[in-house]
Amino acid sequence: MAIRSFFVPFLLFALCFYSSLTPVLSLYEDQVGLMDWHQQYIGKVKQAVFSTQKTGRRRVIVSTEENVIASLDLRHGEIFWRHLLGSDDVIDGIDIGLGKYVITLSSGGSVLRSWNIPDGQMVWESFLQGPKHSKSLLLVPTNLKIEKDNVIVVFSNGRLHAVSCIDGEVLWNKDFEAESFEAQQVIQPPGSDLIYVIGFAASSQFEMYQINARNGELLKHERATFSSGFLREVSLVSSETVVALDSTGSILLTISFQNGEISFQQTPISNLVEDPSGPAAILPSSVPGIFAIKTNAFTIFIRVIGEGKLEVVEKTNHETTVSNALPISEGQQAFALVQHAGSEIHLAVKISHDWDGNLLKESIKMDQQRGLVHKVFINNYIRTDKSHGFRVLIVMEDHSLLLLQQGAIVWSREDGLASIIDVTASGLPVERDGVSVAKVEHNLFEWLKGHMLKLKGTLMLASPQDVAAIQSMRLKSSEKSKMTRDHNGFRKLLVVLTRAGKLFALHTGDGRIVWSHFLQSLHKSGTCQSPIGLNLYQWQVPHHHAMDENPSVLVISRCGPCSDAPAVLSFVDTYTGKELNSLSLVHGVVQVIPLPYTDSTEQRLHLLIDSDKHAHLYPTTSEALRIFKREFSNIYWYSVEDHNGIIKGHALKCKCTGEVADEFCFDTRDLWSVVFPSESEKIIATVTRKLNEVVHTQAKVVADQDVMYKYISRNLLFVATVAPKGSGEIGSVTPEESWLVAYLIDTVTGRILHRVTHHGAQGPVHAVFSENWVVYHYFNLRAHRYEMSVIEIYDQSRADNKDVWKLVLGKHNLTSPISLFSRPEVITKSQSYFFTHSVKAIAVTSTAKGITSKQLLIGTIGDQVLALDKRFLDPRRSVNPTQAEKEEGIIPLTDSLPIIPQSYVTHALRVEGLRGIVTVPAKLESTTLVFAHGVDLFFTQLAPSKTYDSLTEDFSYALLLLTIVALVAAIFVTWRLSERKELQDKWR
Amino acid sequence: MEKGKGVMGSGRRWAVDFSDNSTAPSSRDIPDPPGFTRASVDQDDSAVSRQKKDAESNWKAQKAWEVAQAPFKNLLMMGFMMWMAGSTVHLFSIGITFSALWQPISALQGVGKVFEPYKDNKVDLLGPKLLFIALNLGGLALGVWKLNTLGLLPTHASDWVSSLPPAQEVEYSGGGIPL
Repeated sequence: MAIRSFFVPFLLFALCFYSSLTPVLSLYEDQVGLMDWHQQYIGKVKQAVFSTQKTGRRRVIVSTEENVIASLDLRHGEIFWRHLLGSDDVIDGIDIGLGKYVITLSSGGSVLRSWNIPDGQMVWESFLQGPKHSKSLLLVPTNLKIEKDNVIVVFSNGRLHAVSCIDGEVLWNKDFEAESFEAQQVIQPPGSDLIYVIGFAASSQFEMYQINARNGELLKHERATFSSGFLREVSLVSSETVVALDSTGSILLTISFQNGEISFQQTPISNLVEDPSGPAAILPSSVPGIFAIKTNAFTIFIRVIGEGKLEVVEKTNHETTVSNALPISEGQQAFALVQHAGSEIHLAVKISHDWDGNLLKESIKMDQQRGLVHKVFINNYIRTDKSHGFRVLIVMEDHSLLLLQQGAIVWSREDGLASIIDVTASGLPVERDGVSVAKVEHNLFEWLKGHMLKLKGTLMLASPQDVAAIQSMRLKSSEKSKMTRDHNGFRKLLVVLTRAGKLFALHTGDGRIVWSHFLQSLHKSGTCQSPIGLNLYQWQVPHHHAMDENPSVLVISRCGPCSDAPAVLSFVDTYTGKELNSLSLVHGVVQVIPLPYTDSTEQRLHLLIDSDKHAHLYPTTSEALRIFKREFSNIYWYSVEDHNGIIKGHALKCKCTGEVADEFCFDTRDLWSVVFPSESEKIIATVTRKLNEVVHTQAKVVADQDVMYKYISRNLLFVATVAPKGSGEIGSVTPEESWLVAYLIDTVTGRILHRVTHHGAQGPVHAVFSENWVVYHYFNLRAHRYEMSVIEIYDQSRADNKDVWKLVLGKHNLTSPISLFSRPEVITKSQSYFFTHSVKAIAVTSTAKGITSKQLLIGTIGDQVLALDKRFLDPRRSVNPTQAEKEEGIIPLTDSLPIIPQSYVTHALRVEGLRGIVTVPAKLESTTLVFAHGVDLFFTQLAPSKTYDSLTEDFSYALLLLTIVALVAAIFVTWRLSERKELQDKWR
Repeated sequence: MEKGKGVMGSGRRWAVDFSDNSTAPSSRDIPDPPGFTRASVDQDDSAVSRQKKDAESNWKAQKAWEVAQAPFKNLLMMGFMMWMAGSTVHLFSIGITFSALWQPISALQGVGKVFEPYKDNKVDLLGPKLLFIALNLGGLALGVWKLNTLGLLPTHASDWVSSLPPAQEVEYSGGGIPL
């Protein structure tokens, strides 16, 4: 209703045209995949087991840090099946039982499941309870049987369980009551009926339990004390010997518990290697007879030669990773060793008792952008000449997964994309080169042929082959995956930062990776031990006068989890993926504030707030400083301290008064604070408008051509608080003791513009803020249903601007700059509705000019994205709207929001583990690009009000052309006929 | 008029001119019918022609007034059509409204032509013309009013503010939950 008056006749025809089309926003079956793409990932592999069945396809079962258990094809790396367990159901271990089931232990050792390998169906599930929380260990012995039942041994929650492999029934269990006992290993020596549980009690006591595997009876319990204590890690070197380190990390302890007798053997590391340089740590490995320790400088491999004697077999300063042990023949176990050397990795497969002989030694060229090898898993196969061949699955630092075989990478998966932290979009370069004539002719022919085919399809003359040809032509349309900017702005680069610290650029056309870059600043290094990527910001978006510059993004990272760790800024060119510059800062970063000002090269000014509340300006140029100084008194910032329920506003004061003169550093002072009473309110959600959101108009035309002025401010903050009691799980409190309070706060002045309490409501709250409205989702305890509420905020002080003549002549002050310190008179309208789904994320569509009506994009619990018209969340809805209101498009009020199955943006697909939805405006006003990410990625184009400004993809130009030609011919023929008739008349 | 002209045109074979009042029978090949005397016509020629002229101008004036009042019928007709069309914007109402606007405009453009036949130095055409113009303007007003009721005229504040960009804010504030 924003456009009335002059445009109406034009709009009218458009409306007439479109109302004849289907009224719902949906896809036809053959449109799937035209504009959308879907990619499936699994995340960083934690553990992998190979399924080596003689029959059937070879596969590897993996568990990942994204809580995915998946079966991958060993030949191509494709996913056969995949299950995503909930985020509170972390996988502790996986193994294969009976050769055909995958056994998974999850939820801190309390859920044991068995899955059928060929199809991924769950066979059984059992819950294992225990007296206390503890480390959980899974052991699937190959030949331990109790009454023909294969047994799974699980240590979890301070209890040892023996579970039947067939049906998951617990055969026996045994509690470990000792208060401080922490199990480290569960060992089942092959061929015996004994189970050893070893671990530490207190800090200096080593304990060993010997248990009868048949009935769980405790046979022996031995303990021994070592005065200087242990580090918790142990490495198993044989079925009756483990190696541990003392608490200082300088003495190796070989602990043997043969026949139930514990004996220690101490070997100082300095005896084995000169200059051990600092404390050592044991690398987890399970290779018999050999273990590895790592000091700051070296990785040392040590062999145990009977009776606790140790011998160094190799000392290397390269990054080295050891695989699991793989039994290849009677008594022989092979393992793989991967070492980095420059741009190559050296893979060696050795037999455990023969260090110097290699079964296999290969060098493989490895992309530097993948970082270090983190994990190695080995598997063998029998070649045609009966010798052993090996394939190795490696997990890299960027979370990618590669299969190496015969000195080459067979396949690789970019599983880093399963854990995206932040997304931003960037344009593509403008097409500069001229197009050759030959290409045009070829294209013209193809174009005509294509359109003839389409025409045939339209006129229903197409044969099945033609239909298939049309479909494939539509799908592989080369236009959409070109590397240049298009007129409609559909082609863009999605720049994503993953948890591993790698940047990827994905093409919106087909989702391929255009470039990837492992940020130097996010590599582990001496100065920065645990770098964390935090956020992505658009640093430079070249516009009119800086067209020759490439756009770039700013990546903010931090050395370590605490807020005062020094920050690192990296600037990356989005066209090429090159790191332009990297700044290691001396200060930390707790807030990054992109300012609404850019310098002459279109670099955006950013304000970084450190943990001492100093503000630092970037870029550090004099021009930026000049711009900043000009706006100095108008820049404020606020901080939300959600742990103690305070929101504080700050203003900039003066230059830093530190020991080092830094003209880009500013002191700040507190202006205001909003303190929520900690006994009744706890902040659970805050949301603001997106900085780059474009709003077309400040007026909202309501029924009878009345005007309401929206209160549009960039400085509004929506805050939701709940009763501290009600901040837990849904249903943990009664409706009487739980409430939710929603605030709208002006972040410049700290003024609370609106406050509303929902009694009997509970979090979690998901909210989205756009233009002058906020929509939030919460749980209503009284109604036992989820609810969504909308608050719209209007500026009452502008409401008198209704004189047409003043408006015609422009004599009004509606567009003059306003200060937030002038007291605004606002009114709010709000309404609540029931909503069926629980929600994972909410976003709103955004378009280039903000004219197109909005849709809410709701990430549902089923990992789908639902598009819901904002019209359904209009606080002016009433049960019986008047005629004028109906004309305006107000939908009669219903108590719940409708879920139209056709309006699922993701149609039949699921975005497993959905975490975020990002919308990017295209250049075409009607269209917005939607990117949903979780473990999977999904991208599509949306037109919330249909594509009113362009013809649809399948518009038949040939038909149009044909019609025009036919019309021209008809005009010509009738003209000739009429001429002739006239002549005849004259002769009569 | 038109027909007469056509007959007078090139393709005639014979014609009788009833208004021929020449006295010389010799000018014709055909003798006058019996009992017809030309002299009697000639007698009070001037009086009759004056009378005739008066009658004609009277008739013209009367006709001019009639023509001037014709749009009134049109107006009523249009009003009825508009009432039928309703106040919602659709193809029918748009068509009617535009024809209601177009008819008076085209009529006003051709005001001279409409009154051409009644032009006479004895007839005062100003009155009928004014009435004609007024009635057509009335029709135009009706059309415009209809346009307005359809909401197609920018007469409301909403038509002028609907594309006003939001006002700039002087202050800027950013921040949020610490990273």
